Parts: sequence; C-alpha cells; structure tokens
Amino acid sequence: MTDTGGVANWTTLAGVADRLGRVRQPLLRYAPLLILAVVWEVAARLHLLSTSALPPLSDVAAAWLELARSGELFTNAADSLYRAGAGLGLAVIVGAVLGIAMATWRPLDLMAGPLVELFYPMPKSALIPVTALWLGFGDGSKILLIFLGCMLPVTLGGYNGARGADRLLIWSARSMGASRLRTLLDVVLPSALPELANGVRTALALSFILLVSSEMIAARQGLGFLIGSLGADGSYEAMFAVVLTVAALGFLADRAYMALVNRALRWRQ
Amino acid sequence: MTRAAVMRPVVMRQAAMCVLAQAAPILALAAAWEIFARSGAVTPFMLPPLDEVLVRIYDDAVGGDLFRNIGVTLYRALAGFFIATAAGIVLGALMSRSVVARWFFDPVISVGFPMPKIAFLPVVILWLGLYDVSKITMIAVDAVFPVVTAVIAGIAGVEKELVWSARNMGARTYEIMWQVMLPAAAPQILTGLQVALPIALIVAIVVEMAMGGYGIGAAMMQASRFADSRGVFAGIVEIAAIGYVLVKLMAALRRRLLAWHAEAQAGGV
Repeated sequence: MTDTGGVANWTTLAGVADRLGRVRQPLLRYAPLLILAVVWEVAARLHLLSTSALPPLSDVAAAWLELARSGELFTNAADSLYRAGAGLGLAVIVGAVLGIAMATWRPLDLMAGPLVELFYPMPKSALIPVTALWLGFGDGSKILLIFLGCMLPVTLGGYNGARGADRLLIWSARSMGASRLRTLLDVVLPSALPELANGVRTALALSFILLVSSEMIAARQGLGFLIGSLGADGSYEAMFAVVLTVAALGFLADRAYMALVNRALRWRQ
Repeated sequence: MTRAAVMRPVVMRQAAMCVLAQAAPILALAAAWEIFARSGAVTPFMLPPLDEVLVRIYDDAVGGDLFRNIGVTLYRALAGFFIATAAGIVLGALMSRSVVARWFFDPVISVGFPMPKIAFLPVVILWLGLYDVSKITMIAVDAVFPVVTAVIAGIAGVEKELVWSARNMGARTYEIMWQVMLPAAAPQILTGLQVALPIALIVAIVVEMAMGGYGIGAAMMQASRFADSRGVFAGIVEIAAIGYVLVKLMAALRRRLLAWHAEAQAGGV
C-alpha cells in the first residue's frame, strides 16, 4: 500500500455516500475529519500537550512509513487478519446454519434456544483467559475466542430472519411440489438474508474488538500486541500509527462489507 | 368449586412446565460440564468441575471478594453506560436540530462507529492513567455510538404531524424536542440502549483485564496468571449471570417505559 492508498479509499467511500444521496460534496462531507487532523497537528506542534501524550500527526505518519518499510506492520497485520478472518468465517458458517436450523426444526429450537438466550448477553471478552488457558498464546486461542464471541449474533440474525419468512411463500412453494430442502434453500434462506446480514455486521465489529483486546492481553504477535509493546517501549509515534491503522482496518472492513451486502441484496428494493 | 379455582392449578402447572422446559437444556449443559470434567478426558486445569467452581464462588462470596469485584465492575460498566446514554441523547438531539452539528459530527460518528475503539486503550491510559477515569471513559466512548445513531434514526422517524401540531399549539423548540420528539423516538432509542449495555459490559471486562484494579476482569486475569483455573471459570459464571440479569432488566424496563406504545399492546418485544 502506498501513501495515496488512503486517499483513493476516501474518494470511493465518498462516492458510495454520494450515491446514497446523503451529502453531495465528498470534500465538504469529510472536512470535519480534516479539521480534526489539522487541530491535532497544530496542538501537538504548539506543545499544548506533551509530545509523548500527543505526538504530531506528521510524526505519526513518518512512524507509520517506517513500520511499513521494516515490514513489521504487515507481518503483524497478516497475523491479525488471519485470526479475525478464520474465527469470523467459522462463526458465520456455524452460526447461520444453527440459526436457520433452529427456526425450521422445532426440537432443536427447544433444546438450543434457552442456551442461546443464556449465552447471548454474556460479555464474550470474559473468555480471553479461558481460550488462552486452553490453546496458549498463539493463533488457536484467538480464532476460538472470535468464533465463540461472534457466533451468537449470526445465529440470532439467521433465526429471526428465517422465522420472519412469509408463511404464504413457504406454503405456495410446498404446494407446488418443492421438497423441504428446495423450500429451505429457495424461500427461507433468501428471506433470512437481510437479518442474517445484520447479524454478520454485528459479528464483524465484535471480531475486531475481541481480536485487538485478546492480542493486547495475551499474544506475542498481531497488531494488538504491537500496540502494547510499542507503548511499553515508549515509542508513542509508532503506537499511534498502529492504533490508527487498526481503527482504519475496522472501518474499511465495515464499509466494504456494507457495499457487498447492498450489492447482494439489491433485489429487495 | 368455582371454575376459576379449578383453572388456577392448571395454569400454574402449565407455567411450571414452561419454566422447566426452559431450564432443562441449561441443567443438561451443567450436567454435561460436570460429567465431562470428571470423566478424565480433560485435566481439572483445563476444565474444573462445575461444583468446584460453584464452591469457589461461594468461598469468594463469604470472603467478601465476590461482592467487591461485582460492585466495582458494575459501577464502572453502568457509570460508562449512563454517561454514554446522556451524552448520546444530547448529541443525537443536537445533530437532529442543527445543520452545523450534523455536518461536523456525522463523519466522526460514521467513521468512529465501526472502528475498534478498544485499540485506543493505550492512548487513553497515557492520557488519563490507570484508574477509574480512564476505564469509565473507555466504556462510555464505546457505548455512545449506538445511542447517538439510534437517537438520530428515531427522531428522523417521528411523524411530522406530531411536530406540526405541537408547534401549532405554541410549543417551543426545546419543548418539542423533550416532550414530543424524544418520547416519540423512545422505542428506537431504547433499542440503541439495549445494544449499548452489552458493549459497556464487554469493554468493562477488557479494560479490567488490561489495567487491573479489582473488578471481575481483573480477578480473572489474576487467577489466570497464577494458573488458578477455578478462579477463571468462576469469573465466567459470575459475568454470565450479571450479563443475563442486566439484559433481562433492560428488556423489562423497555416493556414498562413503552407500556403506552403499540409494540407493548401487540404483546411482543
């Protein structure tokens, strides 16, 4: 990624916003962020805050380039994205299957329903020490944590979506001779998709929270670990650079996902 | 015997059956935990038997640690949650009324919401130290986004006729906001709060794990450092119970506050 990569992303994002007809001028829309960046730079240069508490944004950018050149940023980012991707992927597959199965097969609903209700409100970050206990400080514990933490929002999305499927459509499909499986795939699944997509979006945000916190607390690689170790070394410019990178990754992942969903669900409008 | 007197035991029996059907899968899970842990397939370190974990919780309760840790965690989570609620409603109302506020905060919210804000933890520690101020700040910042977006969406959905009639009858701008728009938007605002509450708990546990200073998260981390797996699992059971109770309370509060609303009269949430 070159330094202009960010700029290109901003304009495409603004384009999406434009198409939604929210604000016409992308520059005007994102000007407040620019203003905040300038305030940051000026406040730091005027030493309104100590440089360790708030290093100038330009120094942070330089530190980012340095981290990128050394490759440290990318190896840790690759570790983090692998963990988040694997955990989230598993959570989406298992969660969606479980949710839709619960909605269509009543015995499973009776059995798993109370358990889902019990575990759904549990703060999943409490599992960080347990997964570390079971699988150590490596990839496995993060993937398991993200899988466990992200599965239930997807399950609930699939469940609510499939339950909301129009009875009339299901009956029509059945009466026209569609098998149960056909009905499930052609009627129930498509009508569950919008709610399912919402559940996956929640899970996506959760996966980043769990990833970063577990890497800060119990890991030896990854962006979260890098933030912690740079902070402990006192190299605050570099720490800010990684913090902003993580924040940008979370934001871009969400926007990319939403663009994908809007495209995939265009038939709804 | 009157008809009602005959009916009552039947109704009660049905209610009892319902509770039993709800509890059965949870009891089955507890039994499975106990049997699996005692079967020798896993070491007590990996999964201590449930009864030992419960004994541990009881010991902590007698010793007083349990209530101090629960109290501290609840205090932080709820303080952050209430700050987020107040700030979110004020900011959301402001953004709905003022074009300038909307222009400035809209990109900040839409970029900030999907960001993993937990990545800013070391920065907040740098600025505000390790104690309650930084923990509660972290919780409030994470929890405020769903509230703001819910308030804005709720106010945008208020029927124009309500606002026009209020204005016609001589209500001032702030009266319209507090007495018409916010109450009319209450269902969506409460949904936002129902999203924010679990977030507050998740973040409370993470910041306690990362920074220490009592609380359930800190106690779990402490236990994990001393390879005291009973302590870790005790923490999980405690926080799961707290999360469950808080989410149920929130749903009950919603039913009570929205007793006037069509949603409550329809009988579902």
